[in-house]
Amino acid sequence: MPGYLPPEKRSPLQQLGDILWGVYTQLRTIVMIFSHTFRKRDVIPYPEVKPYMPPRYRGRIVLTRDPDGDERCVACNLCAVACPVGCISLQKTERPEDGRWYPEWFRINFSRCIFCGLCEEACPTTAIQLTPDYELAEYKRQSLVYEKEDLLISGTGKYPDYNFYRVAGMSIEGKPKGAAEKESAPVDIKSLLP
Amino acid sequence: MLDWFNAHPHLVDSLIESVKAIVVLLVTVVVAAWMIWLERRLLGLWQDRYGPNRVGPFGLGQVIADMIKIFFKEDWIPPFVDKLTFIVAPAIAMGLMLLMFALVPVTPTWGVAHINVGLLVFLALAGLEVYAVMLGGWASNSKYSLLGGLRVTAQTVSYEVFMGISLMGIVMLAGSFDLRHIVEYQAANGWNIIPQFFGFCAFVTAAIAVVHRTPFDLPEAESELAAGFHTEYSGMKFGMFFVGEYVGIVLVSAITTVLFFGGWSGPGVESHAWLAFPWFAFKCLCFMSGFILLRASLPRPRYDQMMAAGWKVCLPLSLINLLGTAAVVVAGAHGA
Repeated sequence: MPGYLPPEKRSPLQQLGDILWGVYTQLRTIVMIFSHTFRKRDVIPYPEVKPYMPPRYRGRIVLTRDPDGDERCVACNLCAVACPVGCISLQKTERPEDGRWYPEWFRINFSRCIFCGLCEEACPTTAIQLTPDYELAEYKRQSLVYEKEDLLISGTGKYPDYNFYRVAGMSIEGKPKGAAEKESAPVDIKSLLP
Repeated sequence: MLDWFNAHPHLVDSLIESVKAIVVLLVTVVVAAWMIWLERRLLGLWQDRYGPNRVGPFGLGQVIADMIKIFFKEDWIPPFVDKLTFIVAPAIAMGLMLLMFALVPVTPTWGVAHINVGLLVFLALAGLEVYAVMLGGWASNSKYSLLGGLRVTAQTVSYEVFMGISLMGIVMLAGSFDLRHIVEYQAANGWNIIPQFFGFCAFVTAAIAVVHRTPFDLPEAESELAAGFHTEYSGMKFGMFFVGEYVGIVLVSAITTVLFFGGWSGPGVESHAWLAFPWFAFKCLCFMSGFILLRASLPRPRYDQMMAAGWKVCLPLSLINLLGTAAVVVAGAHGA
């Protein structure tokens, strides 16, 4: 402040002005606070009114199915490797009728999970996905260990059209090499023809 | 049975008065407890949130829940305290506040004590109120409590000086220390807030300081003194300090209403006598909300600033008000 003097060096008139100015600022504060009576509240009464969660919010983890209703997960273990806290564990097995890989069991310990989303990024089949559900509270810690039947959902999640086995080169029963979408027929290495 | 009552009219009268006194006492305590809810809801409103709204309708049951909690807390007396003083202090805090409420003329027919020097008694009891926090702070035998107690002593003594002076203008205008007479004077001649505006400003400032409410809550400044004079208190003894503070707010609101805003008088009271209490309660409620608004908006001043505001601003202001009122009263007396 230019020309500022400490109160004891100011003239009586200036001090009177200071007092009046102080009273004015205090009254102004009171009026401003009172105006909040008519202001919208910043909070929502939570359990009755839920906040909006964007679709890509990183909440409870699910395992999705492809458009045909089969499990997307091929038990590649990339999510378990990517997980920084190591809360994902699974066991691979094969379907005897067509040779598709799938997890025999799949376990996520949500008491460890930090909801970083790295498993979702690592997943080559978009099987593992994070959802906007954040209400995971439990009374027992053991209840936070989700098994495959807790994780698996019936829908496709965020990528409704994606089907890994339809686009990947992996051959299964009923879809030999070269039969996938945009996949060219396999090269016959024993032929000399171009 | 009836004969006996007819034979002892004084006894019946005193019985009725006792019942009235108990009703006033209970209503005061209930209103003070309810103030806690009001304060939390209003602070919530002014901070753009809700405040307690879960227990019962509008969260009104929160007070009951708090009461149950505080009653069941361990009534712990630390081993290093001065026991007797430690126990007496909260009793003084709440007892004196309730005693002061006895002086308030609620309606033309209600009111516990009708003393013709009611205002003086009020000032005297307000002066005694300092003992509660002073003794509490001293008996606690802890540095925070002692500092809080010392602060409140200096603060109350300083502010009580001009609290009395700021009210003398009213006494001059009404020509009486009798609170009932002051209300009747205002009903006839208009509310004191207009001729005694500066007295009102000084009195409200002093009243907040004397009941040590925010912004003058330096004795219990959390950021510096833990909880100030009641740092060592817990359970119901803390509760008594707490309720005492809220009774103090109700009391100060009631006294301000009586002294400056015409007490029970208001439009329609002349023809409908039952309107007296609603008017009184409404005015009190406005002041109670006003004190909460002050808490919501004003920060706590530094200690020397608070002292300077008391001695250098409010005391001269109330003295000027006193002299001005005296001049007007004398001029009026000579002119008439």
